[in-house]
Amino acid sequence: MAALRASRGWGSALVMTLYLSFLLVPIYWLVNMSLKTNAEITGTFSLWPLNPTLDNYRTILTDPSWYMGYVNSLIYVVMNTALSLAVALPAAYAFSRYRFLGDKHLFFWLLTNRMAPPAVFALPFFQLYSAIGLFDTHIAVALAHCLFNVPLAVWILEGFMSGVPREIDETAYVDGYSFPRFFVRIFMPLIASGIGVAAFFCFMFSWVELLLSRTLTSVNAKPIAATMTRTVSASGLDWGVLAAAGVLTILPGALVIWFVRNYIAKGFALGRV
Amino acid sequence: MDKPVNNRAWFLVLPVLVLVAFSAVIPLMTVVNYSVQDTFGNNQFFWNGLGWFQEVLESDRIHAALGRQLLFSAIILFIEIPLGIFIALNMPKRGFWASLVLVLMALPLLIPWNVVGTIWQVFGRVDIGLLGHTLAALGLDYNYVNDPVDAWATIIVMDVWHWTSLVALLCYAGLQSIPDAYYQAARIDQASRWGVFRFIELPKMRGVLLIAVLLRFMDSFMIYTEPFVVTGGGPGNATTFLSIDLVKMAIGQFDLGPAAAFSLIYFLVILLISWVFYTVMTAQRETL
Repeated sequence: MAALRASRGWGSALVMTLYLSFLLVPIYWLVNMSLKTNAEITGTFSLWPLNPTLDNYRTILTDPSWYMGYVNSLIYVVMNTALSLAVALPAAYAFSRYRFLGDKHLFFWLLTNRMAPPAVFALPFFQLYSAIGLFDTHIAVALAHCLFNVPLAVWILEGFMSGVPREIDETAYVDGYSFPRFFVRIFMPLIASGIGVAAFFCFMFSWVELLLSRTLTSVNAKPIAATMTRTVSASGLDWGVLAAAGVLTILPGALVIWFVRNYIAKGFALGRV
Repeated sequence: MDKPVNNRAWFLVLPVLVLVAFSAVIPLMTVVNYSVQDTFGNNQFFWNGLGWFQEVLESDRIHAALGRQLLFSAIILFIEIPLGIFIALNMPKRGFWASLVLVLMALPLLIPWNVVGTIWQVFGRVDIGLLGHTLAALGLDYNYVNDPVDAWATIIVMDVWHWTSLVALLCYAGLQSIPDAYYQAARIDQASRWGVFRFIELPKMRGVLLIAVLLRFMDSFMIYTEPFVVTGGGPGNATTFLSIDLVKMAIGQFDLGPAAAFSLIYFLVILLISWVFYTVMTAQRETL
């Protein structure tokens, strides 16, 4: 084993160095640009900022039309994550523990919603949420993102729950636990890492989505991603601010990854290793 | 898998059912409704039968978009799946480096898709982007705005940058679950590196690879934001994929009927291909 490792060691290190550089260089370039003035970006070509400035970040963090975009995005992402988990937990339990009429069909039908192109739903969503007076609210985006996050959450949680032996449920019932009490007090702590992973995925897919969140909002709930596209087209080429805004959208994701780093590997396999 | 039959489990599934019905079935019914009707405006609709479906199925523009989409997804799977497996095999197994590599690799996955587009749009520009500037300095005639081949190359490299980590992380999870005893047995048998991969690692990764192939296929087939930000579907129609074409039709021109018919066909194509992938890969697992 050790010999196998050693012979692979240097090659692996080289492969990983190359791959990580490929991943990080474009991000570095964005950070580099965000620390330059527009004159420097368009005038000179340099691998690092010659006169580092935080003006671009100051512009964003002092202008409500910019920073409210981050607040709006975070609000609907958190709402969506909470909502998706709340409905997915009992459903995943049902799928992992019982057989019932039409269970297989229902599970596949749920997954088909994960396969539905958001472009198909953009226009009907716009009409639906306008008709019920939810257009341009955070809850509208949160509900719309349930389209792909609920099936994914059910899928992930079902995988983790199936890894918990059924004897635990039965013992708890024999001990006189009611279902809700058993579920919250005993079962949920057992699959805590699964819940964390599902929350991570809901956060991720809601945070990165643009098409639906842009279609369903205009002013009050406009996400940061949409703010970026519109400001760019309106004010021409404010590259520095654009880059700074981009860097700031990476930060929440980076923070979330740091917190779940120990579960990432297992989580990406959706509990089905 | 002898789960007890319990139809009361339906009550547990009910919240999901209500929510998904609200956010999927009602909108889908709207689409079906539009797909069989025509309008002269003023909210007056009349029955158009399968007219729109026929129009969409005979449209050269949509055929071309479908062709580009299939080619794109095929290239993406062909590059990202093997590359992802290769990266996973080379990732450090435990310790500080493993955590660091995991975090760095997951980074592109959590960047909003239009920011991914923006990063590559800027990165590829000849005047201010590192990639474009370097290629120009090397004497290559690279311009993703005017040249269809360069536009394709940029979008493919962008997608590889964006999503290969997902495949790699999935495979990594599969590899982590292989007990050391398997490797020791292989060493006693003097198995070659290829043999270890072919008969131990690959079979153990089959489950996660299925997820990887399905996710990558579905998402690359629905790709919208990233190429839209980088090229806007151009030059000409060179990178107009199905979603870009559809959004142009539905929200740009408000051609509701054809857009709805197009949507349904699009959805069915995805379902069909995903189902084929799923069936083929699970059938393979059973024969082994």
